[in-house]
Amino acid sequence: MRVQASKTEGINLRVVLYEGEGSVALANETRAAAMGALLDEGFEVSRPLAGGTVSPQDESPLLVIGQFEGDTPPAADAAADAGAIEYRDIAGLAPEAIVALAHTVRESVGARSLKEWKPWFPVIDYDRCTNCMQCLSFCLFDVYSVDSDSKITVQNESNCKTDCPACSRVCPEVAILFPKYKKGPINGDVVRPEDIQREAMKVDVSSLLGGDIYASLRSRSKDARKRFSTERDESKALLERKRCLKKLQKDLDIPEEVLMTLPSAGDIEERATRAREKLKRRQERSRSAQDAKRPAPTQDDWGI
Amino acid sequence: MDDVRAENEVTPDTAEEGVMPRILFCNCTYAKVVPPEVKREVLAALNASGLAFDAVPDLCDMAARNDPALARLSAAPQLRIAACFPRAVRWLFHGAKQPLPESGVEILNMREESAEAVSKALLSPCAGCGEQS
Ligand code: SF4
Ligand code: SF4
Repeated sequence: MRVQASKTEGINLRVVLYEGEGSVALANETRAAAMGALLDEGFEVSRPLAGGTVSPQDESPLLVIGQFEGDTPPAADAAADAGAIEYRDIAGLAPEAIVALAHTVRESVGARSLKEWKPWFPVIDYDRCTNCMQCLSFCLFDVYSVDSDSKITVQNESNCKTDCPACSRVCPEVAILFPKYKKGPINGDVVRPEDIQREAMKVDVSSLLGGDIYASLRSRSKDARKRFSTERDESKALLERKRCLKKLQKDLDIPEEVLMTLPSAGDIEERATRAREKLKRRQERSRSAQDAKRPAPTQDDWGI
Repeated sequence: MDDVRAENEVTPDTAEEGVMPRILFCNCTYAKVVPPEVKREVLAALNASGLAFDAVPDLCDMAARNDPALARLSAAPQLRIAACFPRAVRWLFHGAKQPLPESGVEILNMREESAEAVSKALLSPCAGCGEQS
């Protein structure tokens, strides 16, 4: 029995609809309704037929269903010892009953069940990415990291805040996608010149929390830090912060809940400093590893 | 496995003649970004076609988990995927450490195209499949 430790673990149960030799094909409507319902409930479905191929069997648990004339479909025997495989006769079952049966098998084999989550995480278009690391500096939830080739990578997908596409807005190359976002080019639509221009306008992120975050991340502007730290008028600062958050929320399309969980300006700056130092250390280690003609540090050594 | 078809199945003429790529359908289960009527109609057309195919609940969900099943789903000399924007699908596989092959993959966009256009493209044999498969 597999134990699911988080929403990003587990394997789908693959349901194979067998209609080959030794079975009776389903009526079109029953098949279509059952397939749609199985997919909606998080099952993978394959329909193998002669003259075409489906993906081969792997470690995914299989549930072979069909209106069998014998106990098991004869043509599936060869694959029977290749992995966990269950057979169920669905003769006379309505689509809902087929789905209920699949649920029972899924539970018994410990396969992944339908999760209450929207798979929301950034996807990098490496044809566009210039490895500038702005996304790494910007994301406050450690979604990004660098791989062993010092390349930006998405490491902690499940840390990403659902419906927050803010990092895609700060990417100067429009290289960050959220496939489930409502609008292009962030949803993966073609990037047009006007998109690049619009994204290049960029939000004045320095307004966030009233502190000059980007400037401090990039150039450590002394003036900016001074301005933030010498802010005396708290109510004025609060008003300013509210105004800036509203602007940021609108321009970056950040959901309210994410704004509520933003760390303080001090936390952000501290985190940025740590990230930069780590990056520098890695680059130095990589250089010295190369100099000594030793293998570069492994990804484990590098994880942020 | 033998091909057993229900009497009322519709088989496109073209499917009988050309070489068909392997088909992968994404149901976008975890968010309704693909119009429900489009995916329903495309799935119905697939079901009625008499062609073999794989269907997954949600490629995004699988990519988020680096699901190893993505490797077997894409390992075909010719593959046709019905999902959403090609740029999104391609980089999803890449992000999951299971990049799609450089060539031989066609991605059909159910988010933008009509069900009719996607079904037609999905069920037609691919030019040049014979040379590579
Ligand atoms: S901000 Fe954009 S271009 Fe820069 S590293 Fe991130 S994805 Fe790449
Ligand atoms: S790949 Fe596209 S169609 Fe498939 S689940 Fe992701 S957003 Fe939906």
